[in-house]
Amino acid sequence: MNTILEIKDLYKNYQTIEKEIIVLHNINFKVNEGDFISIVGPSGAGKSTLLSIIAGLEDYKGKIIKNDITIGYMLQKDYLMPYLTILDNCLLGLKINKKCSKDNIKRVKDLLIKYGLEDYIYSYPDDLSGGQRQRAALIRTLALNPDILLLDEPFSALDYQTRLNISKDIKNIIKNEKKTLIMVTHDISEAINMSNKVIVLSNTPSSIKSVYQIDYDFDDDIIKNRTSKEFMEYYTRIWRDLND
Amino acid sequence: MISEERKIYLKRIKKDKLFITISRIMILVIFLFLWEILSRLKVIDTFMFSSPSKIINTIINTDNILLHVLTTLKEIIISFILGNIIGFIISSILWFNKKLSLILDPYLTIINSLPKVALGPLIIILFGANINSIIIMALLISSIISILNMVSYFNSTDQNMIKIIKTMGGTKKDIFFRVVLPSNINFIIDSFKVNISMCFVGVIMGEFLVSKQGIGYLINYGSQIFNMNLVLTGITLLILLTIILYLLMELISNKIKR
Repeated sequence: MNTILEIKDLYKNYQTIEKEIIVLHNINFKVNEGDFISIVGPSGAGKSTLLSIIAGLEDYKGKIIKNDITIGYMLQKDYLMPYLTILDNCLLGLKINKKCSKDNIKRVKDLLIKYGLEDYIYSYPDDLSGGQRQRAALIRTLALNPDILLLDEPFSALDYQTRLNISKDIKNIIKNEKKTLIMVTHDISEAINMSNKVIVLSNTPSSIKSVYQIDYDFDDDIIKNRTSKEFMEYYTRIWRDLND
Repeated sequence: MISEERKIYLKRIKKDKLFITISRIMILVIFLFLWEILSRLKVIDTFMFSSPSKIINTIINTDNILLHVLTTLKEIIISFILGNIIGFIISSILWFNKKLSLILDPYLTIINSLPKVALGPLIIILFGANINSIIIMALLISSIISILNMVSYFNSTDQNMIKIIKTMGGTKKDIFFRVVLPSNINFIIDSFKVNISMCFVGVIMGEFLVSKQGIGYLINYGSQIFNMNLVLTGITLLILLTIILYLLMELISNKIKR
């Protein structure tokens, strides 16, 4: 497997007027091409900060080796611009990077059609359901053709039922497009279902507590997965880890 | 298929709306009617309070009345356009430069709370006893408040929307033109609406101070020669002008807001 991202001795602190807060320290891990990595941890453990750092939005100490890769980032809510059509929303990244060629526009349109948003290409975000909006947000992220997708609790703003369905959708879309995924979540089941590697962070100042390789290949049926013996085993171990 | 209940509901909404409109008109009609009748019966003194018919008469028979109205209108339009451009440019600069914004904040607040009429003599000395001083007065009143409002709208833009642009490699310019501006367009239009009434206040105030023409001059002149009829005529013209400008703004903003 090809390593496309490596994080070495990452350290991050924040300065405020009152004090200095250490958020992350001693973070080391490798990301291989095609990996689906979930990061779980207690709230406030710096999970989102870690993604922001990888995305290049914040400074840090340590080393991040990116082998000539581009990164796409998706936040907790879709944050589609309400004043742009779905297509214009999805073209935003291309426009900013002045890559709005005919081919690229066609590619984005094809993605929208392929993933069930054909009827909404010229609609405004308000006309879409929560799940559809999330899919549109993913396509907006995919438009710049990133190698790694960073998802920051991408489903936490959705209701539970939509969440189960859309997490399956999103996983399939990312697999289909042959991308690598790093996702932050606080939902252990989601982490097991979506990924081949689960990284557990400790309380702040956070470091990596343990890494679980999910070797069992869960199929598309989330409900069936949840009742399987392997799933329960992973779940119990990760849960114990988080609550130590 | 519309249910019976819905029909009744829609009917009631319509009826309520009609009632409100009719009531509004009735208030005006009754007010004008009583004013006219009471002045004809000599219950109120027409020398002090004039009467609707006298005002209409004055409007029709005074020379140059249109000139006065057009002068005021011209001043309002110039200061409205200039005020919005200045307000928009300065607030954009302040958004781009956070530090400058923090440095200037107390000064803007003080200038904003200062009664501008107090600056009248200073303005006249600096810009002369002419239309320039009137425009400056209107600009002082309208643009400061629109700068303060617009900067606070710009600064309250959703940080996560901004983050999205950043993750796409966008610059500060991208953030401004792709998120800050379009997501605040309705607020900007609303601030234009506030601006037009501010310009009105400023222009009339300016005309009180220096002018030889305009509705403000008419009112001021009327009060100096104790011609209350002329004063009330001026006020009536002001009200009419306000209504026209308000409707015009409403029309334009609905067009833009879609």
